[in-house]
Amino acid sequence: MTPAPDLTINGSATINGVPLFAPLSLTLAAGQWTCLLGGSGVGKTTILRLIAGLETGAVFDGEITASDGKSVQDRVAYMAQDDLLLPWATAAQNVCLGARLRGQKPDLARRDRLIKRMRLEDHMGKKPAELSGGQRQRVALARTLMEDRPIVLLDEPFSALDARTRADMQDLAAEALQDRTVLLVTHDPAEAARLGQSIVVMTQLGVTSCQPPHAPAPRKVDDLETLETQGALLRLLREEAA
Amino acid sequence: MKLLSVLAATVFALAIWQGIVSLTGLPKFILPGPALVAETWWQNRWLIAEHTWVTAVEVIIGLACGTILGVVTALQLANSRAARVLVQPMLVFTQALPVFALAPLLTLWLGYGLWSKVAMAVLIIYFPITSSFFDGLMRTPPGYLDLARTMQASPRAVLWHIRIPAALPSLASGMRLAAVYAPIGAVIGEWVGSSQGLGYLMLLANGRAKTDLMFAAMLTLGVFSILLHMIVRRATARIAGEAR
Repeated sequence: MTPAPDLTINGSATINGVPLFAPLSLTLAAGQWTCLLGGSGVGKTTILRLIAGLETGAVFDGEITASDGKSVQDRVAYMAQDDLLLPWATAAQNVCLGARLRGQKPDLARRDRLIKRMRLEDHMGKKPAELSGGQRQRVALARTLMEDRPIVLLDEPFSALDARTRADMQDLAAEALQDRTVLLVTHDPAEAARLGQSIVVMTQLGVTSCQPPHAPAPRKVDDLETLETQGALLRLLREEAA
Repeated sequence: MKLLSVLAATVFALAIWQGIVSLTGLPKFILPGPALVAETWWQNRWLIAEHTWVTAVEVIIGLACGTILGVVTALQLANSRAARVLVQPMLVFTQALPVFALAPLLTLWLGYGLWSKVAMAVLIIYFPITSSFFDGLMRTPPGYLDLARTMQASPRAVLWHIRIPAALPSLASGMRLAAVYAPIGAVIGEWVGSSQGLGYLMLLANGRAKTDLMFAAMLTLGVFSILLHMIVRRATARIAGEAR
């Protein structure tokens, strides 16, 4: 893996001529988690998809650059709310999907380490339908880690999980993805407050940087400052929406 | 339980049939009763078996060829916009032509033997196979394609590892339809021109007012079609289930 770069997004987007988001400038600090928090339809997923080079349906006028000058799109790993596990393949095969799609030989030792780290040893040979929601997201996380990319894009990956599983996954992901440039798109202020080393609130008016809590992420779920931040973020979201 | 319900339905149908025969008193060359048909079937079992074998071979070869042809066509269509523009209207047009009208032509071109019937079966199943598999190939869940894109997959790898497996349930449903249609194609082919097969036997029996034999042949065809459908369903259930 190359060292994680800073990422800078400058520009605006329109859909059929209607502005989706106004000109904005967003920097994702190298090796840090940036949480992009916002309600539905403000274009936060569009930003993530633009970075990943995926189809958005929007016209983007601007540029996305990495601080090391290298291309961005071929250095990202992507994880979505839907785990996107192939239902006909086993958990182990799903973890190795990237290598298989590129026609490479997967690094099986690495796969086994990741599977162990995600506590999936007993489930390697199972199909996704036989796994719980949390287990499936762990397979998806293992698949994301298997790609070993310096930039990781997470599009609300934990929002469909129950509260306990979500907190577990947040801990696991925060630990596994440290030292990478991570963009976490979320609509959950609690998640942003727990995980963000940098927190950006996005509304129709643009993006606002917010002060993250002082404790290192992932923060305890009952950390007072984290809870305060969560409240402040929610207030901001509500104000901006009004 | 399922066997029991099939049995009950069969007995019920036979009872109605027998009831109509008894009530109306129709002569046996118009409507033979189930007992007579069963007797005729048993007396002619070797004759019927011989003709069933002929039809079965036509149907199975037709099914195999039609499936291969349909799968290849669907892959080409899914892969190339040019193919979609050029071939798709033609495909729809072939469906607008009544297969019956083509049967004499096929007999003219391919003769009275096996291949004109195979061609009929292929013609009749080609479209359902092609269109169901093609639909499946074009309806890959977009999330998979996004993921593959971030993994720098080549279009070929995406087709092989994602789009084809995701489309297999659609292909399976096309094949189940084909299993029902293929015998119809073969029998139409036999009606138009042949010297063997269940379709030929039905026509022959009908022409000689051997309505009981005609019924026996027809019921044999029905049972054969149901069996074929069951076999294909069983064979495709696994792929369809796995990709769900």
